[in-house]
Amino acid sequence: MRRLSAVVVGASAGGFRALSQLLSSLSENFPVPVVIVQHLSPESMNLSVAQLDRICRLEVKECDDKEPLLPGKVYIAPPNYHLLLEPDHTIGLSVDPKVNYSRPSIDVMFETAAEAYGDELAAVVLTGANNDGTMGCLKIKNFGGLVIVQDPATAEAETMPKSVIDNVGADYIIPLNEIGKLLNKLAEENPNG
Amino acid sequence: MSTNKGEIDNEYLELELLMEGIYRKYGFDFRDYSSVHLKRRLDHRLAISGLKNFTQILHRIIYDEEFFKSILLDLSINVTEMFRDPPFYKEVRKEIVPYLHTYPFVKIWHAGCSAGQEVYSTAILLEEEGLLPRMQIYATDFNEMILDKAKNGIYPVENIKSYTENYQKAGGKASFADYYTAQYESVIIKQRLKDNILFSFHNLVTDGVFGEMNVIFCRNVLIYFNKDLQNKVLRLFCDSLVPGGFLCLGTKETLKFSDVEDYFEIVSPREKIYRKKR
Repeated sequence: MRRLSAVVVGASAGGFRALSQLLSSLSENFPVPVVIVQHLSPESMNLSVAQLDRICRLEVKECDDKEPLLPGKVYIAPPNYHLLLEPDHTIGLSVDPKVNYSRPSIDVMFETAAEAYGDELAAVVLTGANNDGTMGCLKIKNFGGLVIVQDPATAEAETMPKSVIDNVGADYIIPLNEIGKLLNKLAEENPNG
Repeated sequence: MSTNKGEIDNEYLELELLMEGIYRKYGFDFRDYSSVHLKRRLDHRLAISGLKNFTQILHRIIYDEEFFKSILLDLSINVTEMFRDPPFYKEVRKEIVPYLHTYPFVKIWHAGCSAGQEVYSTAILLEEEGLLPRMQIYATDFNEMILDKAKNGIYPVENIKSYTENYQKAGGKASFADYYTAQYESVIIKQRLKDNILFSFHNLVTDGVFGEMNVIFCRNVLIYFNKDLQNKVLRLFCDSLVPGGFLCLGTKETLKFSDVEDYFEIVSPREKIYRKKR
């Protein structure tokens, strides 16, 4: 059985509502870290972290530089920084140029997550009106990780999930309200807890 | 085509050896940089160089100094903007400027100045506060090519729109166009802003204490270092500041949990402005 050590999530247009639904469905003893890149204007970010923290049973925080990733915590990329995952499972931040017109970029986080977690990683791609995340999913697949995509029919903006399905392929294409349940199940099935 | 974790571990081993080689051959020390940053930047160089792996890069840099210079540029370029994080500059006006008015002569250090955008932002702010003639600004970087860029103060005209927006949000008191001359596709920073800036070579990793500074700006440089190196550089800043001097870090950089935490008081927790205790 596959072991799950981390979950990474990418969301763009319409992402706040999708994230609200996803995070509120994670079980309170969720055993691995969840790392999120959400494209958003710098000004609105802090507000949304606080809101997500209120509706999620897990602690949701904007991540800090060099912070270790701990089980059951939800980390959100700060505005105007790329979020990278280090091989020792800590967070790295950078102000390198935008990727896909975005900083943070989903691809940057996903690609570094693939190298840091290999096949013990699950990626979730939610609603969005661009292609950020597709290259990252390709790398995650190459490393044996799992790719879960929100069914484009249930997405506020279908471009981002559809791009992953068309260009990479997904292990699961499911409606938004089933993604949290799937993650809970995958985490529960973890060998040795 | 599946890749596994073992291959990545090997790549990081090669990367470490490459950094050791660069240090031994050229004296630039990237050994305590955050490894994921190094790898991302060099993965890009690898892809366009036609070389197969970091060990081949190591071999080539030993015999080919020009190739090394391109690697050095990959590792040292930091992209920034004028008045990046406008609320920070507002805070500088509010918290630091009144202190500077009490001194007849002030020394300011921009450490890791890159292509100079943030140094010129500071110079503009100080001019608007009537302080510039009393200032000596030191702008340092470890890459001579980037220092030349900073000295020239020439930026692509397409950046001006966002720079101007930042300037206005940062509490700018005049018109941003007063500070540059447009020429074809570029703008050039006006000479009067450059008069009090001394651009010079300094490597935060390998060089020592720098003067008796009243203010040190070092924003979004430390995030590229590992924790040990962050600590070492923060000690260097602490030793380079006069008592009561200010240290300005990037929004996501902090003195918390560092060795010098106790030597500073927090002036602005959000904009990461600290003051060395007297």
